[in-house]
Amino acid sequence: MGHIKILTEHLDREDQHDIDAYESRAGYAAVRKALAMSSEEIIAEVKASGLRGRGGAGFPTGIKWGFVPKNTGKPVYLLNNADESEPGTFKDRALLERNPHMCIEGMMIAAKALSCHWACIYIRGEYAYPAERVSKAIKQAYAKGYLGKKIFGSDFDLDIVVHRGAGAYICGEETGLIESLEGKKGQPRLKPPFPAVVGAYGCPTVVNNTETLATLPWIIANGASSYAKIGTDKSAGTKLFSASGHINKPGVYEIELGYPLLEFIEKECGGVRNGRKLKAVIPGGSSVPVLRADELDGVMLDYESLVKAGTMLGSGGLIVMDDSTDMVEAVMNLLHFYTHESCGQCTPCREGVRWVYKTIGRINHCNGTFGDIRLLKDLCKNISGHTICPFGDALVTPALSFLNKFRSEFEAKIEAATSMHVGSSHG
Amino acid sequence: MKMEKINGVNRDIKVEADLRLSDAAEARIEDLMHRYPCSNSALLPALYIAQEECSWLTDRAIRWVASRLNLPLAHVLEVATFYTMFYKQPVGKYHIQICRTLSCMLCGAKKLTEQVRKRLNLSAGEVSGDGMWSFEEVECLGSCGTAPMVEINDTFFENLTPEKLNDLLNKIEKFKPDLRYSGILEELGKGLEGFPKSSVW
Ligand SMILES: Cc1cc2nc3c(=O)[nH]c(=O)nc-3n(C[C@H](O)[C@H](O)[C@H](O)COP(=O)(O)O)c2cc1C
Ligand code: SF4
Ligand code: FES
Repeated sequence: MGHIKILTEHLDREDQHDIDAYESRAGYAAVRKALAMSSEEIIAEVKASGLRGRGGAGFPTGIKWGFVPKNTGKPVYLLNNADESEPGTFKDRALLERNPHMCIEGMMIAAKALSCHWACIYIRGEYAYPAERVSKAIKQAYAKGYLGKKIFGSDFDLDIVVHRGAGAYICGEETGLIESLEGKKGQPRLKPPFPAVVGAYGCPTVVNNTETLATLPWIIANGASSYAKIGTDKSAGTKLFSASGHINKPGVYEIELGYPLLEFIEKECGGVRNGRKLKAVIPGGSSVPVLRADELDGVMLDYESLVKAGTMLGSGGLIVMDDSTDMVEAVMNLLHFYTHESCGQCTPCREGVRWVYKTIGRINHCNGTFGDIRLLKDLCKNISGHTICPFGDALVTPALSFLNKFRSEFEAKIEAATSMHVGSSHG
Repeated sequence: MKMEKINGVNRDIKVEADLRLSDAAEARIEDLMHRYPCSNSALLPALYIAQEECSWLTDRAIRWVASRLNLPLAHVLEVATFYTMFYKQPVGKYHIQICRTLSCMLCGAKKLTEQVRKRLNLSAGEVSGDGMWSFEEVECLGSCGTAPMVEINDTFFENLTPEKLNDLLNKIEKFKPDLRYSGILEELGKGLEGFPKSSVW
């Protein structure tokens, strides 16, 4: 188990970004097939495949597409979410840079299913090189008549544009992304209405992650049932994991969902660096709960197993920490990230994240008290669930999970602080 | 003052006479306004273009973009200040962004910051006297598998150590490559060997 290559088969080939090379490896065959299918047929196929969104939430893709209202008289838009700013996550970059045509072909299939004629790749500003690769690929596709009017000689029109973000994590949240695309600050919108009904420019809009879209050509080419057979019952298919931290072989790995986590770290990632011991793992990007090494036995890399283990699959950004890691410092580092990236719209998030960061910082710098632990919990309770977008929960998660799982490290620093201060007042 | 048709309506465009972007930039912005279902979407790319020409977003550049896209100045200002990649103060010809987030920190990012600080004798946000260098610490750049890393202008340099970074800065000083466009990666062979583009998978 574990080595079926749906997304990464040609990723190592130096010429894969070129349209001719892509076509020589069966590229653009699936979209030709999809163009001969009806929208309903494509949506049914994607539903049957069991494909779930790879951007973090894991919502079934076909079902999400089904929420787009029909015949509203308004255009439907498709946005490829290539914002990829979750710490620990760098898998979409690999696809965009190494196999841009696969991402484009996936968008074409989704566009046909959604009767969408204008689509956009929103790519984080820092990804200048991937953006350039995708832009060149799009130009090649236009030149061959694969984009524009009557694509592939069908009666279907499709334009795709590349839009660069400018350095804001929150633009990965789908409504933040839409606001940003509309030329505004990337501040998320209240939901409902959901983008499927009122999205970009007030029109029905589907936002899908790059990896989700890049999977579509394989599903259409090989059939939903072939895809559904891979992985587990509820977590179909393969998933890209981007592994980083204290491991011997960091990188992007494609594995069949349901692959054992410990085996993944040992076999794929070459184990923990410098012969050290594994201490903790964040399995799905910085916004999912951390797991201690002693909690990893029997944990599989799939949506259900990770939820059972008290965490989430998220975006597949797996961060490994060895026994030299100072966990208070590690979570302080993450909270610095969240403090920097809050969009500032809701008070609990804007002010709360700063307080959480400061409180953890105080503990880390041996200035904290036991009251700070209570304060942290209180702050988190008042942020969670009280904000416009899930960013609030995304920052509470590392704060609380690090505190709960590694409480003794927080306490040791507080004790050190207490004894230092007692000592100095006597000295 | 000239009148121009935007979204079917004649509007005043007060393009300041003393800030003219190049004809190429003008043409790119014009083209951008027609690429989207609504021309307001051209704002981020237009700010990029203005920044590319002025090296940072001066007040005048921001005002120019506002008038060119016919958007309220306050709106353009709030957008320009929201995004970290738009510079509201001068940066060096080579602007070094050092990733400080978790995976990079675990793999030694702090040492890179120290190295840069010492070598350039600068604090974050300052520009060197000759205008060559500036640096800042930034959040995760999506290159965690090749941590620690820095981005200089538009180019990623990965799998760094303080020594490799020092060597890289020496080479940049000597060859003064154009790192503004990421496309240069393919031509980097010229004197920056050993600094691969992404090699994660
Ligand atoms: C704070 C925040 C940041 C997010 N960042 C990303 C991102 O960078 N890329 C992404 O695909 N989804 C991101 N998401 C999830 C998107 O909102 C959305 O669920 C996703 O793009 C849907 O695509 P999918 O159904 O294909 O997964 C983020 C969500 C939140 C709350
Ligand atoms: S939760 Fe935070 S990031 Fe989300 S809308 Fe509120 S302030 Fe912005
Ligand atoms: S943590 Fe540095 S690139 Fe992600």
